[in-house]
Amino acid sequence: MRVLKLKRENFLPFLKGLEKWGELWGPVKKGRGYVYAKAEPEKFELKALRTLIPAKKFFVPKKATILKFKNGEWKEHQEVKNRVIFGLHPCEIHALNIYHKFYTRLYPDPYYVKNREATLIVGLSCIPDDKCFCYNTATSTVNEGFDLFLTDLEDKLLVWVGSPKGEDAIKGLTHFLEDVNQKDIDDYISWRKKRDGSFKLEVDLEGMPEIVSFSYESPVWEEMGEACLSCGTCTMVCPTCTCFDIEDEFDLRSDEMNRQRFWYSCVFREYSMVAGGHNFREARSERLKLWYTHKLVGFMSEYGSPACVGCGRCIASCPVGINILSVVRALRKEKTDAFWKRMEVKNA
Amino acid sequence: MLEEKYQVENPYMPERARIVRKYDLTKDVRFFQVRICDQDKVFHLTSNYKPGQFMMMSIPNVGEAPFSITSTPSRPGLFEFCIRKVGKLTTKLFELKENSFVWLRGPFGNGFPVEKMIGKDLLFVAGGLGAAPLRSLLLYALDNRDLFGKIFYLHGAKTPEDMLFREEFFRLKERDDFECHLTVDSDPTGVWPFEKGVVTKLFRHVEVDGKNTAAVVCGPPVMYKYVVEEFLKLGIPDDQIFMTLERRMKCGMGKCGQCVVGHKYTCVDGPVFTLWDVKNIKGLI
Repeated sequence: MRVLKLKRENFLPFLKGLEKWGELWGPVKKGRGYVYAKAEPEKFELKALRTLIPAKKFFVPKKATILKFKNGEWKEHQEVKNRVIFGLHPCEIHALNIYHKFYTRLYPDPYYVKNREATLIVGLSCIPDDKCFCYNTATSTVNEGFDLFLTDLEDKLLVWVGSPKGEDAIKGLTHFLEDVNQKDIDDYISWRKKRDGSFKLEVDLEGMPEIVSFSYESPVWEEMGEACLSCGTCTMVCPTCTCFDIEDEFDLRSDEMNRQRFWYSCVFREYSMVAGGHNFREARSERLKLWYTHKLVGFMSEYGSPACVGCGRCIASCPVGINILSVVRALRKEKTDAFWKRMEVKNA
Repeated sequence: MLEEKYQVENPYMPERARIVRKYDLTKDVRFFQVRICDQDKVFHLTSNYKPGQFMMMSIPNVGEAPFSITSTPSRPGLFEFCIRKVGKLTTKLFELKENSFVWLRGPFGNGFPVEKMIGKDLLFVAGGLGAAPLRSLLLYALDNRDLFGKIFYLHGAKTPEDMLFREEFFRLKERDDFECHLTVDSDPTGVWPFEKGVVTKLFRHVEVDGKNTAAVVCGPPVMYKYVVEEFLKLGIPDDQIFMTLERRMKCGMGKCGQCVVGHKYTCVDGPVFTLWDVKNIKGLI
């Protein structure tokens, strides 16, 4: 892969130069957290780790009209904009690679494919915090799935060109870029050492598919189910969650019917309910079990790796502390200080 | 991998279809014959599906849901569905007259592995609405009679009035190239000429070579356990016992996730599963 050097003072002009390709989006501060937003590059937070909502929102939006019905005909509907998305960390790019495999298998999703083609992915290196564990999920470095990737070495950045699209995007910006020399390589190696040494959290996922399978009858699920609020936060913030629902909505202003696709969650009660009211997963514990089984076992069988990229969003978001860390520890029968473990189990 | 371009028809785009005939099979189940409006697509769509597959049927502003195809691809031209009035969409469907439009996507699902059933004896067990997907495979087998060994069709219903395709099966009983046995749990009408009792009672008529038999069961969940026991008694291997399952589905293409069981998507890995799958995937039945 081609690697180039970008001097610190050229960083902002370089990002601005990418605007030729499409609207510029990146992580900006919002409240106490971060979100991907359309903004001037000066606003981008280079130290931001996890955004509240992952970058999957650019490819399958939270809510979008996919078909319109007017005068007795269905018509395809999609608004596609060329976008440059800056600041995706390796875990996020790994999640998008899973997303890509998922949405292009069997029946390739035309909406996903068009959005993906209209997006330039510009990755950014990061230093982990106490909720990051991408080192354990083998997603702390990334080799494909980005167009450009920037490694921030303080006084300079290294630019990895990951695709022909990325190559095209930097045409006309080459005056900002230089070839790398031995000093840059040495700096990168010492940065890597520092980065790899700064992980504070360890989640042992080794052997998880078997452990989850064996734990099908474990009381852990009941305990968690008792605490779970079925709010769906975990699935909305998880970068590898893909489930959606489809509903028709009548638009009074334009006399059109919109068939809308929106994010949905397997922890919602109606998720497995069929016509007539039979629910295949009435209990919250059943639905949580489905979520973790699908992440840790299902994806393993289908794609050869678990669908967890170690981004730590569930750890930061779940209001009752049900997250990959507490679940894995509980299933391993390790000590966990999870809030739900301290609850008294009723109806177990 | 990431640079591949995909040129596909939009699989979310429904096809307009016309209800050409409808009539009630029981007090809450109606039979619909539906023809795709686009002349160029009629033959291709109605002759290329597999028995056991399903279509996503929708009415704009009401909703979309999966329905098993009850017709056979060996008789192309129309799609047939057997629909129970049970929810929002089906209630609306029951209000539609002939010549109304519905919208179809599909066919979806794995269907029955017909190619693996060739040369084998076939044993069907249907209960209630389970007759809908089984009728597709049964008619397919009868239309290609020389491809299969002996064929047994066992069908149970609550009462004679609840038996789907009652008259059709009465006529099929007269054929001597296969055996069709019907039973009802109870007979308030007092005129039922055949057997009474649960469907497993009909197994005493079955004479098949277990190792070389494909068995298919579809019906209410309570039925499976007892029927499967009978299949196993006949010596039919786990991977030759097929069942077709129901789940909530929104896309039919293994994306929306709502039909997921374990790591299988009922819409693409099913709806037909073998007993082996059922034993190994927790939560299928």
